[in-house]
Amino acid sequence: MNLPLVILIPFVGAVLTGWVSHFGRMKSAWTAGVVTLLALLCLAPSAPAPFAGNTVLWHLDWMPAVGLNLAFRLDGLGLLFAAMILGIGLLVILYARYYLPERDGLGRFYAYLLFFMGSMLGIVLSENVILMLIFWELTSLSSFLLISYSYRKPESRRGARMALTVTGMGGLALLGGLLLLGEMAGSYDLSVILTQGAAVRADPLYTPMLVLILLGAFTKSAQFPFHFWLPHAMAAPTPVSAYLHSATMVKAGIFLLARLFPVLSGTPEWTWLVIGAGLTTLLIGAGVALFKHDLKGLLAYSTVSHLGLITLLFGLSTPLAAVAGVFHILNHATFKASLFMAAGIIDHECGTRDMRRINGLWKFMPYTATLAMVAAASMAGVPLFNGFLSKEMFFAETADFSSGFQYGWLLPSLVVASGVMAVAYSLRFIHDVFFNGEPIDLPRTPHEPPFWMKVPVAVLVAICLLVGILPALTVEPILRMTVASVLQDPPPAFDLAIWHGFGLPVFMSLVALIGGLSVYAARQPLFRLAARMEGWIDARAIYDWLLAELQLFAGWLTRRLDNGSLQRLVLVLLLTVLVFGVLGSVGSGSPLTGTRTILPIDGVSLTMTAGLILVTLVTVALHRRRFTALVVVGALGLLMALIFVKFSAPDLALTQLSVEIVTIVLLLLALYFLPQRGPDESSRARRWRDAVVAGLAGFGAGALTWAILTRPLESISEYFIANSLPGGGGSNVVNVILVDFRGFDTLGEITVLALAGLGIHAMLYGLRMPGLRQDADGRPWNWDTHPTIMAALARLLLPLALLVSVFIFLRGHNEPGGGFIAGLITAVALIMQYLTNGVTWTHRRLSSNMLPLIGAGLLIATLTGLGSLVFGHPFLTSSFTHVHWPIVGDFELATAMLFDLGVYLVVVGATLLILIHLGLMHRATHPGVDGSRSNKEPA
Amino acid sequence: MEALMSLIVGVLTAGGVYLLLRARTFSVVLGLTLLTYAVNLFLFASGRLTIGAPPILDPELSRYTDPLPQALVLTAIVISFAMTAFVIMLALRARAELGNDHVDGRASAGASKESEA
Repeated sequence: MNLPLVILIPFVGAVLTGWVSHFGRMKSAWTAGVVTLLALLCLAPSAPAPFAGNTVLWHLDWMPAVGLNLAFRLDGLGLLFAAMILGIGLLVILYARYYLPERDGLGRFYAYLLFFMGSMLGIVLSENVILMLIFWELTSLSSFLLISYSYRKPESRRGARMALTVTGMGGLALLGGLLLLGEMAGSYDLSVILTQGAAVRADPLYTPMLVLILLGAFTKSAQFPFHFWLPHAMAAPTPVSAYLHSATMVKAGIFLLARLFPVLSGTPEWTWLVIGAGLTTLLIGAGVALFKHDLKGLLAYSTVSHLGLITLLFGLSTPLAAVAGVFHILNHATFKASLFMAAGIIDHECGTRDMRRINGLWKFMPYTATLAMVAAASMAGVPLFNGFLSKEMFFAETADFSSGFQYGWLLPSLVVASGVMAVAYSLRFIHDVFFNGEPIDLPRTPHEPPFWMKVPVAVLVAICLLVGILPALTVEPILRMTVASVLQDPPPAFDLAIWHGFGLPVFMSLVALIGGLSVYAARQPLFRLAARMEGWIDARAIYDWLLAELQLFAGWLTRRLDNGSLQRLVLVLLLTVLVFGVLGSVGSGSPLTGTRTILPIDGVSLTMTAGLILVTLVTVALHRRRFTALVVVGALGLLMALIFVKFSAPDLALTQLSVEIVTIVLLLLALYFLPQRGPDESSRARRWRDAVVAGLAGFGAGALTWAILTRPLESISEYFIANSLPGGGGSNVVNVILVDFRGFDTLGEITVLALAGLGIHAMLYGLRMPGLRQDADGRPWNWDTHPTIMAALARLLLPLALLVSVFIFLRGHNEPGGGFIAGLITAVALIMQYLTNGVTWTHRRLSSNMLPLIGAGLLIATLTGLGSLVFGHPFLTSSFTHVHWPIVGDFELATAMLFDLGVYLVVVGATLLILIHLGLMHRATHPGVDGSRSNKEPA
Repeated sequence: MEALMSLIVGVLTAGGVYLLLRARTFSVVLGLTLLTYAVNLFLFASGRLTIGAPPILDPELSRYTDPLPQALVLTAIVISFAMTAFVIMLALRARAELGNDHVDGRASAGASKESEA
């Protein structure tokens, strides 16, 4: 149970930290620290299991039908990463407290950081790969927020956008890859996938799946050709870089390689792709790093290079290479995080990061200098530091791997070349910054930072030293545990001694050290050469060009399709549908007419159909005489109701009938504010074109209807009919479906209705439009008051109509009726009062604010649904009972009825809200017609 | 009977599409109304046509029409009312803001002739 908690704590903590920051800067730092500690404590009880070779699993069904479950696992690899994420996270939180400027509220920073931490923990602890992908995307999002933390700087926004674009694209590819992988393995759970290696590798779709997954891993871990986003992400505050770009986010891609290592590795495709990307990245990163004058730029490219190194190791596919890879993950995280923090201290103290100006800092900050030098030596691979151990293993593995190949010397030499460059740039970091003369023109006079700012660096550097000097005591058990889970096999025999005797690896290390010293000595001519070569090949330029082209294309396409004319868009849509419809049906082989016996045609139906077609044609022909067209459409709605009556749908007929009245009243009211006649604008050719398109669309729809109607029916409704009475307690199956079987749908639909009402409320709020003075034929508007007899009759009708609606509502469960229809009838009854008695009269008796009514309806419906949860049933389970009332007789009470009441209230509220708002606009334009018996024409 | 139903759906669709392609808001709303009828009938037809067998359970009856499309269409009718209302209000707001009721992108072309009403 503690695994989901470990992930949940940072997410909850993120919200809490953001909130706490209102009470002071320190409070949010403390909260973030405590939250992280809490997550660590929560993880601790499970930590011994992976050491014993066990995997902790936690499972909760979420959407088992699509293989997506809330499932978490803790094994060696997960534990190593989780400990790194939380441990380094804690140090970064401490560090950031001193790093970030006093004016910053810190709450936002720590909230983002914890959000990121939770997402990252989700990746490394997920058992389900789709779940892992969700967290994967969350890290992209949260890192976007972190990189753009100083959002007022353009380079921050730019760097954040670039990181999001590249990693987001990779995430999409990864989704495809993981779906393929899940299908191949037969499960989306890692426990199963990890055992299906042979089957997956033999699958015909292995290569595309591998490419997609590698795209995800390479974009995240900044592998060539996607490496360019990482240096630009350095626009982030340094604590973010120390966390995301050394220890966590960029390691997610590597984590994925390690996680899927037993499934995917060992094939030629894997070897070539992974080694190729890793080697290229290693060389590019190492080559560029030396020439970056920006301290963080140097570290960024060195990070790129080290990520390439680890990728290359996993590409080798041997168990020992995996050991070296895991070891270097750990080492790189410690020395790179401390180096970033040291760089941050230097930036903080000097006000610049330009190594051409920062010199001789040893005199100003000897402690920081010592720490940074140890970390840099570890990065260079100097003996007695942890970087040396894994780098030597790396040299040994590459030499071993390529010994059997033709040109086998090539890989080790390239690798040594990268080692040479690594020594050179590490040396530059030490010598340029801390020695090399005096500082030049620094904005601030540097001195030692606050004590607590150095503590995180010191802790990490201590780990570097401890691991470097006593590897067998400190790191070996961790490595064994992790490697066992990476390989899903017992780890191979390896020896972590500092000295293995003279051999090829020692020789390679030696060459790298001496070579690095000489390259650094010759740096000045090299810098001049680099300055001349600058901008020759710039991956960012290609990215920018691609993005610009894409935007140009999108702009062109949008302008072509959308010139502000709805007609053009609708036409494009219709033609597309028609083309695809024709393409889909031509040559499909199945006949248009199915085998179902068709019903005979009777005279009444024929007449009705003829009438309906006539009415439709009249509507179209008269559409410019808007008032007439509207009346005709009303007739059409009534004919629709008759169709429903004919074909056994009494509920639909009732609904259609009441909706029709409301719709026509609404359109009439709206027409008052619109031109009464449409001008004759379309050319003859245009009308013919539209008629042809309309004809084709109509033919298509008709043919489709015919094809469906003549085919036999295979329905799932048998279940509803069989269970309506025993399960739902109602004999009106349609109503039981609405309020019980598919109650969740109905809840969604009344929510849509409420939202539409709310949208209209917002749209008409404060809207004033000029009303009519005369009709289309020039007759002046009639200012008579409401006819007295009609008003009186309508008032009399109101209680009757309400009674009918109550009746319809109550019987709805068993006979045609229900909340929807009853709601519409009530609405019609009240609207009638508006129409016959005027807005003012009605408003004195009925509140015009319908929002509480809608809210109450939604609340009742939702609470009814939630109520069943209290009794341990799924959401919206209904229950019912029969009670005997003295006079009324047997009466059924069902919770579904309460739900239906919610539906009723929402329908009444939304319908009235819409019409009342229009009515209010009328009152504004016709102040005389307010029921006050004034006969005067307004001025 | 099926042929008549198909004919009705086809004619309603054609009428709706034709009105949808007109240049003024009100015609578009009318077109949407016709299309709504067509779509609702089409959905309803997916349960096939049955005469005299409403889905109201009755111990003496054994034959019922398919209730599921009816439930779907019932909510569809109410939702399409909400949609019609929303669109017509949008048309009103657009006329108030823009001073005309064009949807063909030629906003200013006919604005001067608006006072006919």
